[in-house]
Amino acid sequence: MDILLQQLFNGLTIGSVYSLVALGLTLVYGILHIPNFAHGALYMLGGYVTLMTMAAFGFPYFLAMFVSILIVGFVALLMERLVFHPLRHSPPIHDKIAAIGVLLFLETFVQLVWGAEYRAMSTPFGEVVSFLGITVTVQRILIVVAAVVVMVLLQLFLKKTLIGAAIVAMSQNREGAFLVGINANKVAMLTFFISGALAAIAASIASPINLVFPGMGHLVILKAFVIIIIGGMGSIPGAIIGGYILGFSESLGATFISSDYSDLIAFALLVIILTIQPKGLFAKKGAA
Amino acid sequence: MLKDNILPLIFLLLALLIPLVTDNQYYLYILTISFVWTIGVYGMNLISGYTGQLSLAHAGFFAIGAYSVGLLTVKVGMSYWLAFMLALVITTIIGLLVGLIALRTKEHFFAIYTLCVGYIIYLIIYQWDEFTGGVRGLIGIPAPGAIGPIQFENSQALYYLVLVFLVGTVIFMKWITESLVGRTYIAIRNSEELAQTIGINTMRQKLVSFVTSTFFAALAGVLYASVVRFIGPNISYTMVTFDMLTYALVGGFGTLFGPVVGTLLIVLLTQSLQFMEEYRMIVFGPLLVLLVIFYPRGIVGGYAAWKRKRKIKKMNKSTTDSHNKSTYEGGP
Repeated sequence: MDILLQQLFNGLTIGSVYSLVALGLTLVYGILHIPNFAHGALYMLGGYVTLMTMAAFGFPYFLAMFVSILIVGFVALLMERLVFHPLRHSPPIHDKIAAIGVLLFLETFVQLVWGAEYRAMSTPFGEVVSFLGITVTVQRILIVVAAVVVMVLLQLFLKKTLIGAAIVAMSQNREGAFLVGINANKVAMLTFFISGALAAIAASIASPINLVFPGMGHLVILKAFVIIIIGGMGSIPGAIIGGYILGFSESLGATFISSDYSDLIAFALLVIILTIQPKGLFAKKGAA
Repeated sequence: MLKDNILPLIFLLLALLIPLVTDNQYYLYILTISFVWTIGVYGMNLISGYTGQLSLAHAGFFAIGAYSVGLLTVKVGMSYWLAFMLALVITTIIGLLVGLIALRTKEHFFAIYTLCVGYIIYLIIYQWDEFTGGVRGLIGIPAPGAIGPIQFENSQALYYLVLVFLVGTVIFMKWITESLVGRTYIAIRNSEELAQTIGINTMRQKLVSFVTSTFFAALAGVLYASVVRFIGPNISYTMVTFDMLTYALVGGFGTLFGPVVGTLLIVLLTQSLQFMEEYRMIVFGPLLVLLVIFYPRGIVGGYAAWKRKRKIKKMNKSTTDSHNKSTYEGGP
């Protein structure tokens, strides 16, 4: 029973991180129809910026995270301006290739600047607490809480503010959004900024329990794609629920099936889903 | 006919002469390896460049080919050429199975699906220690066995063997892309719905294209294992697929000679600049982005477009010339 509870909590932690990454990915897809293969690189960059601002300037954890949000958000915004905006009328194969190009560049750039070795991120929330018969570090509780807070804030932003409403409007109907005078460029830039910020937050809260290295985004991005296919490409609630589903199935799979192949679970899930439903679960009917 | 093919023939002649001119083993080895990659890139070019389905599992099929021949010769002790054939068959069958499912998905889903398939292949090779040797890889893969009196122990012979396969690949690709089948692929790339409307069985055509492409990935993998004689899980990593994508795009995606030009150019360039080995992606990444934004046709595609333009200009000029002349002669 204890093992089950412990693993359920682990699933909740991993799922929170996955959900945040998938949220950024699904926002960009829902609004601009770009499957951003470079999103994993933004996640990786987020981890590094937080780690390095803490190490180099002695910034406290949350301030470093804030710096990371700004920088990675800005990099994502630049990516939209320099890469995806010029490609908006190209065949769809082109923006996928371009995204791969960005991914390769960012990864090698980070490796060139900070080296290829694995690094640990220190955290002020290292102590261990026990409740309900399970022991966890405060950092893990922080991950769960932070993810929920971010999700609620994002939801409030999209539902209650005018800019948020513009983003939602564009994801629902592009032509209609243009007709009522929504500035597509601004919405695209903002969407990318938010997606980068979400990746930075996810990486900053997850890195203390994992490690920071140039390839850390690879698996995460693949899993985020699996999640948004489970939850429906472009769907925000789908990304959140999908993230937790994957988190739970991985942590339970690692305990009860095999820890060596726990990463395979996500991909097996994807293969099964797309085998049965080639357009993904909850494909929007008639959507282009 | 000959005039159209003069450039490729000069290339071929050069390729044939190189081993006679130099006996620098290192150069020969690098050239042989780049020929091997070219064959793999041709496979990718067929499904992604001509048929328009971005397949990101190619390094996986390359690795299945390499590991099949490696395991069959090293662990089973099979004779080389039998293992060679079997490796191609095994990979192509796996390609068929993957294709049957993967090709039901479209566009983004297909790219994501194949990316995940590639990663699954990598994870299996990496984790399945007792079968594949895991992270340690597989050593002691034999060189190609002798065919009659011809031995493939020295690097010259190996060079020519790979060259023969490369030329065969190019001839096959020329044949298939200039046939009706090839035009069907281009139709699918331009618009799958339209292709379906004019009566093309797009699923079957895509499947044939995909399976053929995995066959060439496998051929490249098998040759790689035989030339390098050592394989590790890294050859199946997605980065290798991205390398191949870069080669194809620089040379010209969806062109006949793009893979040769792109692969040779980049492999030789990265080899001559040693520091590039580790940090090549810092150049490749922006290069990919700049190419798809400003020059999606690549070197060969750009050259072909330039030639066509010149021809049209010439034709227009000659017709207006003759037109002028005739009015001059026939005029009052």
